[in-house]
Amino acid sequence: MTGPKNLESRTKHVKETWAKRCDNVLYMSSVKTDFPTVELNVSEGRDNLYWKTIRAFQYVHQHHLDEADWFLKADDDTFVVVENLRYVLSKYDPEKPWYVGRRFTPFISQGYMSGGAGYALSKEALRRFIKGFDTGQCTHFSTIEDMALGKCMETMKVKLADSRDVKGRQTFHPYPPDYYLIRQLPRPRPWYLIYEHYEPTEGPGCCSDYIVSFHYIYGVQLYVLEYLTYHLRPYGYRHRFNPDEKTELNTTM
Amino acid sequence: MLSEGGSFMKGMVMGGLFCLVLSFLGSFSPSLESSTDDHHHHHHHHVKAESNDELTRFSDSQVKELTSEVRVSCIIMVHPKILVYWATAVDTWSKHCDKAVFYTSESSKALEAVDLNEKDDWARLRKALKHAYENAGDLRWFFVAQPTTFAIIENLKYLVLTKDASQPFYLGNVMKSGELEYVAYDGGIVLSYEALKRLVHVFQDEGKCPERGRALWKLTEEKQLAVCLKYTGVFAENGEDVHGKGLFNSKSVDSLITDSMRDNPTNVVEGCCSDMAVTFNGMSPNQMQVMMFGVYRLRPYGHDFHDSLTFYPPEGSDND
Repeated sequence: MTGPKNLESRTKHVKETWAKRCDNVLYMSSVKTDFPTVELNVSEGRDNLYWKTIRAFQYVHQHHLDEADWFLKADDDTFVVVENLRYVLSKYDPEKPWYVGRRFTPFISQGYMSGGAGYALSKEALRRFIKGFDTGQCTHFSTIEDMALGKCMETMKVKLADSRDVKGRQTFHPYPPDYYLIRQLPRPRPWYLIYEHYEPTEGPGCCSDYIVSFHYIYGVQLYVLEYLTYHLRPYGYRHRFNPDEKTELNTTM
Repeated sequence: MLSEGGSFMKGMVMGGLFCLVLSFLGSFSPSLESSTDDHHHHHHHHVKAESNDELTRFSDSQVKELTSEVRVSCIIMVHPKILVYWATAVDTWSKHCDKAVFYTSESSKALEAVDLNEKDDWARLRKALKHAYENAGDLRWFFVAQPTTFAIIENLKYLVLTKDASQPFYLGNVMKSGELEYVAYDGGIVLSYEALKRLVHVFQDEGKCPERGRALWKLTEEKQLAVCLKYTGVFAENGEDVHGKGLFNSKSVDSLITDSMRDNPTNVVEGCCSDMAVTFNGMSPNQMQVMMFGVYRLRPYGHDFHDSLTFYPPEGSDND
């Protein structure tokens, strides 16, 4: 999801990095350009975020439904490790109604997925979302995009997946890595962890090795994460976390 | 005719100038060619890591032997004013050294270190190096750094893997100051056992390698080190990967990426830094904690490298 004023400063760099690893990528905006961007009949601005999301999913459903099994909504300041997203999604059947992301608790009884961290809808979930709006079961009752979409998912009986790894560590993140990884003394939840559905851990145990996303990442930071994920590595290092292996190295986590 | 005071002043000035000239000559004696290794002086030295393919020429047992022999002793120079960096080094990269000893100018109640009780930076570095040499045990590679530098010891081992520690090696990010080539302290300094041995011996020569540098022309420790090593026939060499990219960085990842966005806008990451980088400098303690995750854990599922060696994670650590 992007807009005309971010194409040069943000979206361009997303296009140069992780977007290449998607099977298909669409840049949703209010203006059609040769970037290329899709023109949705919506104005820019935070108050129009949910309208923009609705129109984006309707566009995808109308023109690209058969091109994919899963549909990821992300922002132009999100860093996504597409291989790790595929790994998380591989556990779920795209013909079933699934909604995958960072689970938040409040407002909706079954909870909803953080918009900032990015979320994926299965093909069936997308069909139900569109049907919800076609039949009036879902409406634009709020401008809070992630919460409102979560309400529609609940209405249309779409289930929330658990995106955490086998050790219970998070993969989708609504904020940059330093919000989670820095060691802290035991303390009450900081404001950015208030909505968490699963009990959060601060420090190195917060996050999976196979993270899917970080948010508020743009410019230099986007390329830094790209370098750390895909390039810089400790030669010969035998990682502690090897979920596919029968035996794992002893770890304090 | 000059008055008595005038002559005196003249005498003083002449004497002073004479002293100045003498000490000038004295301090700059290192720039005179040493008789032993003239052929080194007009070449820029590079030391490259082996490529993964080149390592396949070794048998499995040879590789295993090399892996167990390449052990690194880390010499980390700290002081209480940079306590947060000190603590961060203890909690992050230094855990990957086979041995890590912290040397301080002044002890801290919070963290363990060898208190050299020496305020002069060069004198303290000398004492630390001497102590590390005397306590080397069977360790043959030495990495000297400050806790404001972040190091990936596995990549250091990869660089020196097939190098003979009984030969003199003095590696890092090589800088040039006039005729002197030296390894930048902030990018980390690598010394083989032989280089350290020669260094510790030349420490005894107050003429070539004085403990308290001459007051007028005090060189930084990194330059003093280069000068002393040069007397023993050991020269600075730039550590590089197979593509010629520098492995030792005096800048942070952010800074290098920023430079690359400006210089290689269509190829930012490839044009930036080595995949096998050993050091970065200028990161905050929090950035170093994130770096531990970024280096040792963050990766895409399904990418396998089939490296010729295996380095195991250190015991009792939870952030790698």
